[in-house]
Amino acid sequence: MAAKTQGFQKQKRSSSILLNLTLSIICFIWLLPVIGLLVTSFRNSTDIFTSGWWTIFPHREYQNTRQIVLDPSVDVNGPITVEGVTATFDEFRDGVTAPNGEQLTWYGNRRTRTIDVAERVWVGFNTNLSLKNYISVLSGKSVTFTDATGREVITRGPSLGSAFLNSLAVTIPATIIPILIAAFAAYGFAWLNFPGRKLLFILVVAMLVVPLQTALVPILQDYTRLNLNGTFLAIWLAHTGFGLPLAVYLLFNYIALLPREILESAFLDGASNFTIFTQLILPLSIPALASFAIFQFLWVWNDFLVALIFLGDKNRVVTSALANLVGERGQDWHLLTAGAFVSMLLPLIVFLALQRYFVRGMMAGSVKG
Amino acid sequence: MENYVEDKPKRKGGVITWLVTNLSRILISLVVPIGLFVILWQGFLFLRDSNAPQIVLVLVAIVWGVGGVAALFWVTNWLVEKMPKEWTRRIQPYVFVGPAIAIIAWFLFIPAVRTLILSFQNDISNKWIGFANYIFAFTDRVMLDAFRNNLLWLVFGTFFSVALGLIIAVLADRSRYETIYKVLIFIPMAISFVGAGVIWKFIYAYQGLGVGVKEIGLLNAIVVGLGGTAQPWLTQGPWNNFLLIIIMVWLQTGFAMVIISSAVKGIPAELLEAARVDGANEFRIFFTIIIPSIAGTLITVTTTIVIFSLKLFDVVYVMTGGNFGTNVIANEFYLQRFTYGNAGRASAIAIVLLIATTPVMIYNLRQFNERRAF
Repeated sequence: MAAKTQGFQKQKRSSSILLNLTLSIICFIWLLPVIGLLVTSFRNSTDIFTSGWWTIFPHREYQNTRQIVLDPSVDVNGPITVEGVTATFDEFRDGVTAPNGEQLTWYGNRRTRTIDVAERVWVGFNTNLSLKNYISVLSGKSVTFTDATGREVITRGPSLGSAFLNSLAVTIPATIIPILIAAFAAYGFAWLNFPGRKLLFILVVAMLVVPLQTALVPILQDYTRLNLNGTFLAIWLAHTGFGLPLAVYLLFNYIALLPREILESAFLDGASNFTIFTQLILPLSIPALASFAIFQFLWVWNDFLVALIFLGDKNRVVTSALANLVGERGQDWHLLTAGAFVSMLLPLIVFLALQRYFVRGMMAGSVKG
Repeated sequence: MENYVEDKPKRKGGVITWLVTNLSRILISLVVPIGLFVILWQGFLFLRDSNAPQIVLVLVAIVWGVGGVAALFWVTNWLVEKMPKEWTRRIQPYVFVGPAIAIIAWFLFIPAVRTLILSFQNDISNKWIGFANYIFAFTDRVMLDAFRNNLLWLVFGTFFSVALGLIIAVLADRSRYETIYKVLIFIPMAISFVGAGVIWKFIYAYQGLGVGVKEIGLLNAIVVGLGGTAQPWLTQGPWNNFLLIIIMVWLQTGFAMVIISSAVKGIPAELLEAARVDGANEFRIFFTIIIPSIAGTLITVTTTIVIFSLKLFDVVYVMTGGNFGTNVIANEFYLQRFTYGNAGRASAIAIVLLIATTPVMIYNLRQFNERRAF
C-alpha cells in the first residue's frame, strides 16, 4: 500500500515536471518578443537600427582584426591565394573561412586589393544601455530648435504623467459603465419576460460585427451638434457603445446559465427584480464581470483611434502621447518602446488584481456549463 | 410594499388623507429624479468648464461617471416600482435592457443602417448607383484576395488562439505557478499595439543582401545562424499572411486563456476527483469532463475570436499596410473610406463583413436555444 502511494506520488511529480516544462516553453516563446521590446527600450536610437537586440547578450561574432593589402603583382581576375586560402574574387567578396577559423572578406571593389581578416571572438554583455529613453518619455520629449534670433531653444513636450491621469479618467468609467449597463441588460434578457425579447437580443448580438469605423463619422457629427466633443462623457459613451454588444453577449452567456432554483426561491421570498439583481446576480457573476472588466479595461486603455477622434488634443491619453513620441518620420522607436512598457504596467496590475476572482469553488455546483 | 401603500387610502376613506398621501407620493417621485438630473448636470458643467487641478478633475470625473449611471438605474427602478404592480411588471424589463438598447442603437445600429444606405450610393454619396459597389466588393481582385486572406485569418487565427488558450488554461490550472504562466501569456494583450507593432517589425525585419549586412530581425538572424539566407519575410506571399496570423495568435491567446480559465475554474472539483478515483486518465478527463463542461464558454470564445479575426485591422495596417498580398476586408474598408474617400465602396465592404458573420451568429442563437438559455 505504502509502496503504491509512493509510486503514485513519483509519477505525479514527474508529470508535474513535464507540465511545468511545457508551460515554461510556451511562455518563453510568448515572452520572446516582449524581451526584445524590453531590451530595445534601454538602447539608443543608433544601436536599434544597426544591430539586433539579442546582441546585448554574450555571443560570438566576427570582428575585423587586420587588413591584408595584396601585392600589385597578384592577378585579381584569377584564383587568388591569401594566407593559405585559394579563392576567386567573387568568393572572397562573399567571405571565405580560413582553416584557422578566420574569415577573409574582400573590402570594397576589385581595385582596392584589400582583404579584411575577421576573427571570431566572444562579445560579453553590451553595456551600452541606459534609462535615457524612460527619462525622456516620463518627463516629456525635449525638442531643440533655433529661434529667429539665432538662440537655441529647448522645449519639453507633454509628459506621460498628465496623459496617465487622463487615461485613468477615461478608462475607469469606460470600463465600469458598460459592465453595469450590460449586466442589467443580460439579466433582463435572460430572466425577464417581455415582448420583443428575442428579437432585441439578436439585434444586440448582431451588432458585435459592426466595424466601429463605420460609426466614427456619424457619431462625431452628433457630438458636434450636442457640443460634447472633447469631454470625458463623450468618450465614455463611445467606448460603452462599442463595448456593449460583447459585454451583453458574454454576461448573458454566464447569467442565463445560473441555476434557476436560486432565483425562484428568491422570487418566492418576495424579492423584487432589482434586489435579486443587485444582491444575488451581481455577486454570483463576479468571475464573468471580472474577466470582462479586464478586457474592457485593456481595450480602452490601449485604444488609440476612438480617443484620437473624440478627445483630440484636449485631454490627451497615453496612447496619443505615445503615438506622438514616434516622431513625424517614425524615427523615435526607442522612445516608443520605453513608453509601451510604462503604459503596460497598469493593465498588468488590473489583471493581477482581478485574477484572484477566478477561484475554484466560487461557482461550485451551480454552473451547468 | 406597493400594495400596502395603495390599500391605505381605501381603508381610511378620507378624501384629504388620500389626496395628501398621493400628492406627496407624486411630489417625491418628481423631486428625486429632478434633483438627480440637476446634480448630474452640474457635474457635467463642472467637468467641461472648470480649471481645477487635473487630479481633482479626474477624481470628480470618475465618481460622477460611475456614480451617475448607478444612480440613474436606481432612481428609474425606484420610480417604476412605485407604480401599480401590473405596470411595474411590464415596464421593469425595459428599465433593465433599455439603456443598453438605446446606446447600441445610437452607436452601432443607426450607423449600420446609414452604412447600408450609403452602400447603394456613389463615392461622395450624392447619387444612387444600385448594386455597383457590391459588384466591386464581390468581383474586384483586391477584394477576392482580401476574402481569401480573411478566410486564412478566420481558420488559422481562431483555431490556434482557442486551442492554445485552452491548453494553457487547462495545464496552468494544474500547476502551482498558475498565476505566473497566466500573466506571461497575458502580457501581449497589455501592450498597446502602437508599441507591440514595433517589436514585430524587429522580428521580421530584413536588411537586404550584401557584404557585411547584419540582420537586425530575429527571424532572419535565426535563419542565417542555421545556415540559411535572409528573407524579406513580409513581402513574400502567401506565407507572409501566416507570419501576420502568428502576431494575432500571440495577442489573442491571452484572451481565450483568461475566459476559458474562468470556466475551467467553474468545474466542480468533486467531479474531477470522482473521475480520478475511478481511474480515468488525464486525457479521458480532458475530453469527457472538461471539454463538455466548458462547451458553452468555448463557443463564446470561438465566436468572439472569429468575429475579431473578420474585423481584424490594426496588425495588417501597421505591419504591411495591406500590401504584398496581405490585404484583409477591414483594411480595404479603411483604405476605401479614409484613403481613397470612397464612402460607397467602403460601406458596401462593411455590409459584406456584416453578412459574413451572420452564419456564426445564427449558430450561436441555435446554441442558446439548445441550452435553453432563452
